[in-house]
Amino acid sequence: MIPAPFEYIAADSAAHAVALLAEHGDDAKLLAGGHSLLPMMKLRLATPGVLIDIGGLSELAGVAADNGELVIGATTRHADLASSELVRAEAPLLAYAAAQVGDPQIRHRGTIGGSLSHADPAADLPMAIVALGGSVQIDGPGGSRLVSADDFFHGFFETAVQPDELLTAVRVPRRPGVPWGYQKFVRRSNDWAIVGVAAVADRIALANMGSTPLRATAAEAALARGASPAEAAELAAEGTSPGEDMHADREYRRHLARVLTRRALEHECG
Amino acid sequence: MTRIELTVNGEKQSDEVEPRLLLVHYLREVCGLRAANVGCDTTSCGACTVLLDGQSVKSCTVLAVQASGHHVVTAEGLSADGELHPVQAAFRQNHGLQCGFCTPGMVMASVGLLAENPHPTEEEVRVGLEGNLCRCTGYHNIVRAVLAAAEAQAEAPAGAPAEAEVTA
Amino acid sequence: MTTGGVYTEDVVDERLAGACHVFFVRSPLAHARITSIDVSGALEAPGVIAAFTGADLADLPAIPPSAAGLMNVEMQQRLLATDKVRYVGEPVAIVVTEDPYQGEDALELVAVDYEPLPAVLGFDPDDSSLLFEAAGTNVAGYWGDRSSLKDDLFDGCEVVVSHTIVNQRVAPAPMESRAAAAVWGDDGRLTAWIPNQGAQGTRDNLITRLGVQEGQVRVITPDVGGAFGAKFGADPEHVVIAWVARELGRPARWTETRYENLIAMTHGRAQQHTITIGGSRDGDVQAYRLEIVQDAGAYPKIGAVLPFLTILMTTGPYDIPSAEAIAKVVVTSTTPIGAYRGAGRPEATAALERAIDLFATEAGVDPAEVRRKNLLPAFTEPHRTKFGALYDTGDYVAGLDRALEAANYGELRTEQARRRASGDARQLGIGLASYVEITGMGDGEESPPTENATVEVHPDGTATILTGTSPHGQGHATAWAMLASEELGIPVEKITLQWGDTDLIPEGGGTGGSRSLQQGGAAVQQASKELIEIAKERAAAELEANPADLLFDKARSAFAVAGDPEAAVPLAKLAEDERLLIRTVFTQPGATFPFGTHIAVAEVDTETGKATLLRVVTVDDAGVVLNPLLAEGQRHGGIAQGAAQAFLEEVVYDPDGNPLTTSFADYPLLSATEVPSFELAESVTPTTYNPLGAKGIGEAGSIGATPAVQNAIVDAVSHLGVKHIDMPATSQRVWQALQQAAQPGSEQK
Repeated sequence: MIPAPFEYIAADSAAHAVALLAEHGDDAKLLAGGHSLLPMMKLRLATPGVLIDIGGLSELAGVAADNGELVIGATTRHADLASSELVRAEAPLLAYAAAQVGDPQIRHRGTIGGSLSHADPAADLPMAIVALGGSVQIDGPGGSRLVSADDFFHGFFETAVQPDELLTAVRVPRRPGVPWGYQKFVRRSNDWAIVGVAAVADRIALANMGSTPLRATAAEAALARGASPAEAAELAAEGTSPGEDMHADREYRRHLARVLTRRALEHECG
Repeated sequence: MTRIELTVNGEKQSDEVEPRLLLVHYLREVCGLRAANVGCDTTSCGACTVLLDGQSVKSCTVLAVQASGHHVVTAEGLSADGELHPVQAAFRQNHGLQCGFCTPGMVMASVGLLAENPHPTEEEVRVGLEGNLCRCTGYHNIVRAVLAAAEAQAEAPAGAPAEAEVTA
Repeated sequence: MTTGGVYTEDVVDERLAGACHVFFVRSPLAHARITSIDVSGALEAPGVIAAFTGADLADLPAIPPSAAGLMNVEMQQRLLATDKVRYVGEPVAIVVTEDPYQGEDALELVAVDYEPLPAVLGFDPDDSSLLFEAAGTNVAGYWGDRSSLKDDLFDGCEVVVSHTIVNQRVAPAPMESRAAAAVWGDDGRLTAWIPNQGAQGTRDNLITRLGVQEGQVRVITPDVGGAFGAKFGADPEHVVIAWVARELGRPARWTETRYENLIAMTHGRAQQHTITIGGSRDGDVQAYRLEIVQDAGAYPKIGAVLPFLTILMTTGPYDIPSAEAIAKVVVTSTTPIGAYRGAGRPEATAALERAIDLFATEAGVDPAEVRRKNLLPAFTEPHRTKFGALYDTGDYVAGLDRALEAANYGELRTEQARRRASGDARQLGIGLASYVEITGMGDGEESPPTENATVEVHPDGTATILTGTSPHGQGHATAWAMLASEELGIPVEKITLQWGDTDLIPEGGGTGGSRSLQQGGAAVQQASKELIEIAKERAAAELEANPADLLFDKARSAFAVAGDPEAAVPLAKLAEDERLLIRTVFTQPGATFPFGTHIAVAEVDTETGKATLLRVVTVDDAGVVLNPLLAEGQRHGGIAQGAAQAFLEEVVYDPDGNPLTTSFADYPLLSATEVPSFELAESVTPTTYNPLGAKGIGEAGSIGATPAVQNAIVDAVSHLGVKHIDMPATSQRVWQALQQAAQPGSEQK
């Protein structure tokens, strides 16, 4: 299966990319790793007339420390995030999440910016960013703005990024030594999560329990009141709206959310 | 049409291609390198795996235009002077293939795996190959082949596949 | 290794220069009338040479149902659907383009209007919506009759258990999807490159479907990227490609996408089993009944015939005094069912092995003990079963014991007991499956199976073998060369194998049903021996000696006069004046019956229901092993496929007949992470039916593994009241079974 025809432009800078987006409007899509976009285009679920390639822009890649935060360029590959010494030390949940995405070949190409922009509620990095309480830097014609992870995901495959904007970086708090847990329940190792849970400090994020990654707020509140992980986890499914598919019905998903939340709160990875 | 310039198996290539041309089809139809196979529609099977700048990638999900300025190595580019690459030799010796359709991709993924983790455990090999599907072998001999190749490479390190500098 | 194989899509041949590319418009609906097809939009698209519909192929005959005498003769398939479509994916029209990238663009421009009809689904489709109006029913036919079932079959049984279980629909999904390349010569002959399991059968199908003469078709078999039973003969698409090449007077090529492969290559299995088993409280099985419903899909193909084989193997390796089996075949608005690794026999074993475990649980006897008690005792003379199968040789109890020993069964049960006692969240399950399976079938006892081989020695000391088999990963090039080398004294590296070109090898049975080594290999050995006899006559003349005084020295590949080694002539030299070759046909008295026992160990996370396969230990006794590496490879691959059916794979349709598993993201082929390394134990019980002593190994692994893994997963949670979990035993199914069993007073089904 191959994409419908399109025009291809390699942007020579982030600013150039933004200008191209303004010029081509809705008909244009950004291409970085292409591992969310190209599979959709090959199935003709997406048919943009113009692809703007930002994959070669080194200004958009890399991990750096900035006071209390790590700043991760949008085109940083999952494999690089997973192996980054800095991220593993200071935001290990993020490195671990990046290592769970797909398979090694996919991780060599896929980028954090692409994954967050694609906003699949079953994916690893959206859930991880919400768990970490990070934020997303978005550049547009009007300048640059920062959107918190909690406000970034609007719906299925829908984010705060407007058609004329470019996600340029992701920020996460530096929390070396803070315990965390991650649970990705899958059928096969390189599948998307049937249900996922990521927990760090006082935040619990769920994957595939609604149209966006969700905070398990009832469970978080219980923890704040002094509940044990097991007690808090009983409330993990509250406020969620899981879907049904051939892997799991709603009741099973809610059950998994509870079990996996308990395990994540006990700092298990699996 | 877009002009691309890249190296494939150490040789410079320069071609005009449709932007939508997938790298796997560029390699097969334009370069005549047909070892990489298309086995699925959803970036699932890995039969198209090649090395892009030394890293394993699924060439069905890379546009040829994205590879411009980079170097690609395919299964055809692994052996040197008629000698099989240690991974290829190990696959042959350990009966790590039956119908052979997944094999070039499996071999390239294994080369990529060993480049990043030269001494994997059995579990690490299995997880490292999670992106490559085989319907014939049940993976048993593939895993043995990769572990054998790792041992062989530990004793006599193979040179990395040639990566010539590309002048854009 | 260095360039990859040459599969059909890779073939570069001057005869195919300038080939056009064919793309199929396929039905998006499970059941509908076609009201109109408009290709005009497609014809305008760049690169489109032509577009055709069923009307253009009207003078080609429809494909009758398999077993047309037994299956409803109205259930025919047109190469391209004309008035009705009966499954999502059924070919409806084609576009032909200059360049492969233009095809998908053009397909979007073909406009087909449908009048949807209700989908026909399930094992008991009612007749309110008929797939074939002229048939008047959705029942295609029967194997056996309900009236033959005895009401009193289970009288006297202290323990009787009955259950209805499903052997679910799966997709063969070889890594290479289907393809074809075809061109007609000026001599009016078709040359077709098609990945297949027997070029001769593919050729014959093409001749029939195209309505041409014998001799007008040549099939060439490139490398084949896996088949598993689904690449026999010629599919409608292959015929259409050949037709296009003739119609347009230029070569035509086609490769299907994975989406097409998952919905339009024949599927496998899809049987429902109502099993009833009865016996004494101490574990003696006295009676067994198997009632089968085969979902044949939209058109009765090989799938409609498979229940015959299932019934043949009803009692498997057991001595069950009373047993009966019948089958009903229905059509549904789904992809037709064909052969898939084991083709009818895995179904028999899966039903029986579930029944044995259900009986063992009910009777309170260890499942290994129940098996040991009931397995047929060892035999070296052929044993005829009540269902008409003639088992050649077998020692089933030894196979069971060997597997139990290799698995360290006692320790596994101890560990299981420990975890049960401590209420561990992660429980251990041990699943057994003992099986016997039929390989190398002919067409029945009046028509025993055969295979041909031609062996030729060349003056340069090399040799060529022509075989009627059709390897696609089984290693015949190595194995047949070994057999010839053993007789001819020519090194394996100097022996070349050829197959799959019907001009070179006009007759052959192909590769499937695990027939190749026992018959094809035996033919090679026989031909090699016969060639030595012919050569001996020439050597005698050459050496002016009496043939009776000559010895063949394999080490030198030369004939020498006994007692005078210097008076010798190399075998190759005897080919100089006149070709030295022989064609022979090996005939085997009948099918052979490999057997074994598989033991699977699974760990179930009772909190989530997820099962992890920890170990698979197998005995697969297929007689004498010629090449251990090749035999093990077949076992590994079979085990993985068999296990995958038990806990992962299923083709899923929604209530409207739309397939949901249409990519490798949805159809879960297992990766290396889902299975462990396998533990293969040795057991050799030769057959007397061929000089090699070999039975077939290709399908045995998949036959044993499926029920062993299913039984292991059920066993892991049986102490919690779970009696059965249908395949695939997904985590949701396991969890739901646990919930149901935990209901107070629940009688778990």
